[in-house]
Amino acid sequence: MDARVNFDVEFQEQPAVAAAPKIVARDVNVYYGDKHALKGVNVDIPERSVTAFIGPSGCGKSTFLRCINRMNDTIPICRVTGKITIAGEDIYDRSLDVVQLRARVGMVFQKPNPFPKSIFENIAYGPRIHGLARNNAELEEIVVSSLQRAGLFEEVKDRLNDSGTGLSGGQQQRLCIARAIAVAPEIILMDEPCSALDPIATARVEDLIDELRGDYTIVIVTHNMQQAARVSQRTAFFHLGELVEEGVTEAIFSTPSDRRTQDYITGRFG
Amino acid sequence: MCALIAILATIGIVFSVVTETWRFFFDPNITGKPTVTDFLFGTEWNPQAALRADQGEIVTAFGFLPLLVGTLLITFIAMCVAGPLGLLSAIYLAEYASPRVRAIFKPVLETLAGIPTVVLGFFAALTVAPLIRAAGESIGLDVASESALAAGLVMGMMIIPFISSLSDDVINAVPQSLRDGAYALGSTKSETIRRVVLASALPGVVSAFMLAISRGIGETMIVVMAAGLAGNLTFNPLEAVTTITVQIKTILVGDQEFDSAKTLAAFALGFVLFFVTLTLNYIALRIVKAYREQYD
Amino acid sequence: MTDAVIAGPGRAPPRTPMRRLDTSSAEAKARVRRRYRAERRFKAYGLGALGITTTFLLILLADILIRGIPAFWQHALLLDVPVKAETIDPGNKRAEMFAAAEKLRSERSWWISRQLFGPSPADTAPDPLQPLRAADFSGLARQALYDAFPGIEGRQALRKVAGLLSTGAGDELRDRVIADAGLVGTTVRTRVLLSANADLYLKGEGTPIETRPGKATATPSAATGAVTIEASGDAFAAEMARTREIVSKRIAALRAEADRLHKRAGAAAATQVEQMRAEAAEMETRITQASGEETLDERMPSVIVVINGGVVKVQKLTPRSVSGTVLIPLQSTAAAEPDAWQIATYLLPESARRTGDLETAVLERLRGEGRIERNFNWRFFTAGDSREPELAGIRGALVGSALTLLVTLVLCLPIGVMAAIYLEEFASKNRVTDLIEININNLAAVPSIVFGLLGLAVFLNFFNLPRSAPLVGGLVLALLVLPTIIIASRAALKAVPPSIKEAALGVGASHQQAVFHHVLPLAMPGIMTGTIIGMAHALGETAPLLMIGMVAFIVDIPGSLTSAATVLPVQVFLWSDLPEPAFKMRTAAAIIVLLVFLFLMNGLAIYLRKQFERRW
Repeated sequence: MDARVNFDVEFQEQPAVAAAPKIVARDVNVYYGDKHALKGVNVDIPERSVTAFIGPSGCGKSTFLRCINRMNDTIPICRVTGKITIAGEDIYDRSLDVVQLRARVGMVFQKPNPFPKSIFENIAYGPRIHGLARNNAELEEIVVSSLQRAGLFEEVKDRLNDSGTGLSGGQQQRLCIARAIAVAPEIILMDEPCSALDPIATARVEDLIDELRGDYTIVIVTHNMQQAARVSQRTAFFHLGELVEEGVTEAIFSTPSDRRTQDYITGRFG
Repeated sequence: MCALIAILATIGIVFSVVTETWRFFFDPNITGKPTVTDFLFGTEWNPQAALRADQGEIVTAFGFLPLLVGTLLITFIAMCVAGPLGLLSAIYLAEYASPRVRAIFKPVLETLAGIPTVVLGFFAALTVAPLIRAAGESIGLDVASESALAAGLVMGMMIIPFISSLSDDVINAVPQSLRDGAYALGSTKSETIRRVVLASALPGVVSAFMLAISRGIGETMIVVMAAGLAGNLTFNPLEAVTTITVQIKTILVGDQEFDSAKTLAAFALGFVLFFVTLTLNYIALRIVKAYREQYD
Repeated sequence: MTDAVIAGPGRAPPRTPMRRLDTSSAEAKARVRRRYRAERRFKAYGLGALGITTTFLLILLADILIRGIPAFWQHALLLDVPVKAETIDPGNKRAEMFAAAEKLRSERSWWISRQLFGPSPADTAPDPLQPLRAADFSGLARQALYDAFPGIEGRQALRKVAGLLSTGAGDELRDRVIADAGLVGTTVRTRVLLSANADLYLKGEGTPIETRPGKATATPSAATGAVTIEASGDAFAAEMARTREIVSKRIAALRAEADRLHKRAGAAAATQVEQMRAEAAEMETRITQASGEETLDERMPSVIVVINGGVVKVQKLTPRSVSGTVLIPLQSTAAAEPDAWQIATYLLPESARRTGDLETAVLERLRGEGRIERNFNWRFFTAGDSREPELAGIRGALVGSALTLLVTLVLCLPIGVMAAIYLEEFASKNRVTDLIEININNLAAVPSIVFGLLGLAVFLNFFNLPRSAPLVGGLVLALLVLPTIIIASRAALKAVPPSIKEAALGVGASHQQAVFHHVLPLAMPGIMTGTIIGMAHALGETAPLLMIGMVAFIVDIPGSLTSAATVLPVQVFLWSDLPEPAFKMRTAAAIIVLLVFLFLMNGLAIYLRKQFERRW
């Protein structure tokens, strides 16, 4: 087992202090109708860090991601069992309001999906529905700071009233990130955020993720192992609906303990 | 080459209405014809006298405005009914309804769409109009027995399924990713629908409304049976008004000589009708096409 | 914005203190509650819209059904009619007539040979039975009815009674006599059709009637003519009270009118106002007297006394006695015991009814004798249009619709399918096909009345085709539904997977063979569905047919594509315009028939779609 792979990337430095787990999942199962899509997943995701979910297509990583903000609720045939807590709060608890939950847990999708509205309105939408701004000045400030955080402000500051769909793919994705940030979430979920982008746009988004981790707990699903290695502190490997292995990114990539992880990251399947 | 039949039909329509309209305005052999300006901006419509030149006292008038106003008034009432009802129905069916609820209401809309307009006209004239009249009288309003309101309401009924099926199409064409984006920001379902889905579907909805308006303008039987004949220039929905289609029908049903100004006036009206509806349709279809391309 | 901080690679992001969503404060909770309320409201709006639409539809259908269903039944009278030979066959030639008719019948050619070789002389020969047919069978029926009520005399009264019968009253009798010559000279028990008004009355559309037994001994003064009925007690108190109530309303109305006149005209109308006030005062004293007498006029409910086998219409009323005229003669002037006689009140005044007091009394008597029969109204389906509602039927319109649709189908289906195949399978993408496409889409949305204008200008005036003919109607409707069929056929062709065509091409079929042998059969269910829906649309279409003159009043059943005809929806339109309530009823009935056909066609289309969908 010395088939070490040289990923030729700089692994992220470990947080100085081991962060408290922000998201805790215990024995999470997901069924789509008769199909058992996710089998008994247990994982702790630490605060203010980037956790990557990797694995072959259809392995359940996106499904699990969508459990964290209960996006699976929108699919009628989907059923979730087990327990997921965020900061100690059970998110599948009856008393929990899913709308509030999703405000705390932002999400960025595979394909950029800006609303067919102006750039400004795209960002202002979330703060408006959640009442984050008391007046227009505050709203404007939120929009500007969100765009700045997403590194998009300089590019679009002169055309905030243009349609968000008119931006390039990479810009659209950063707009979607800015849109998520504008609601001031604690957690940002990213479902293959770069798979529709070219390498330069990808690099910018990856840089952005790196910057954001100081303030947010980020969970990213990716197909791209280099990307996982580049941006994440911890990595979880999913295979056929099971969480095979989870740990510090560098360890997963250099000394995987499971054979399947080893095979996947060395490219035997995937 | 059968497809050319469609072209031939169009050419036939254009040819017949345009030549007759041309004769209406410019043929020197036709007496009593108006000028184009008189026609377009005249405020009085009274084609009867043109038939009999000896009935000297009645002044022939071919002012198109009362008909236009009447048509628009009835169509406006119809859209006030059908717009919200059709759109809300479509939203509910597309976004909220369970398959069982859909299985109940879809046939309702399809049935309504399949009811011939002559039946709706009968309903308007015999049931709705007297009801409105009675309701008006009970609160002290004087309602004409052939009020624009009755015709408009029933025309609205006719248009509801039209709007709802077109809106249903455009709402379903909004990609799921946009809904996901809105949900992920913590929107409730209605916020997602109102602020994201409808905002995205807006061009499609607008074109559905345009098609519906053109449908209303061209509708004949309901207005023939439930609206009046007198060309009143009024915006009061409780009064009797007349429409373009009613006048075409009134002039052309029964014996007519083909060369009188009165008969030709009907073709001029037909030309206006054809032109207006065609323009509305063309614009609406262009909008829909552009809209679909945006999401394909 | 002077803030020059750019968040980019290698730079520190702006570290503002993190805002966090406030979820716990009262304000935040109220906001969430508000949002959920809005959510529920919005959902309720949607459901409400569907509810309103459904209610609309249900009211519409219920309204039509309630109006139309009674028209499917019709009332007839069972009468014993003596078929007098001298009335119907004064020349006594019926033996020869029947023999001639029998001979002619044997010489008639078959329908097919008539169509192929033209009518033979026997087909066009006059009917030898015509004199017999033209005989006054209705008169016989009328006389039989008179004979059933011997006490009713006077021209006016007899005319009223005759008005109960339809002008087609003798039809059944005629048919039976024509079929069986032996009936002449005998008395035949036959059904006699009632007039539309009598029929409406028997269907309960006439007037509400209140009947109660007389509560005292009543003695009539005469059996015919003017009569006074004395009761031993206050038998007529209820009628009296109702009448006084009406009078007191009239007093109030009269006073109001007087006040109005006084205010408006002042001194100029002083005498008139004075007169009106005096009249009101006089009426008032009258109704306050316990034993005052009231006169019933035609604007008041009719009070009828049924006593000793006769019927009396009350004209003057006191609490203990009434006087009036005899409608149906009494058998005796003996005193009637309490409960052995009745007082009936027809609440609608006679002037507002279509059947007067005499007619109503006769009908009630006939009904009491069990001589009124309610039958299914077959005539509605077997007769053409008529000016008399009870004789009118929709057969002419049904045949007209069938002929028109036949023309439409024959034209539309091949042309539509060929056009669709051409556009879908053979046409190259260029400006011409683009133009055709746009054209077809726009044509689908042109108002139908414009197609009527086209038919009028092109088919009637340019090609000189006959007016009102199913041929022209079919042509116009064909143009109208062509776009629908083309669009549906194209969709059906598009739904056939290309692999099937490729497989056919792969075994060496030409493109044309592949399309016609393989693609078209598979697309056929879809095309049929589209065609049926198009035909249903054509069946319900009215406006363009008005333009080409299919609105004439046509009694005959159309026999060919060029004979004058009308169609079902146009028949609906024509009848809906007529003032008689019986026609309104028939309009609704015709609508029911139309809707049944439409539902059947659409049902068939849905069935086909269900049957053949998901085959690949």
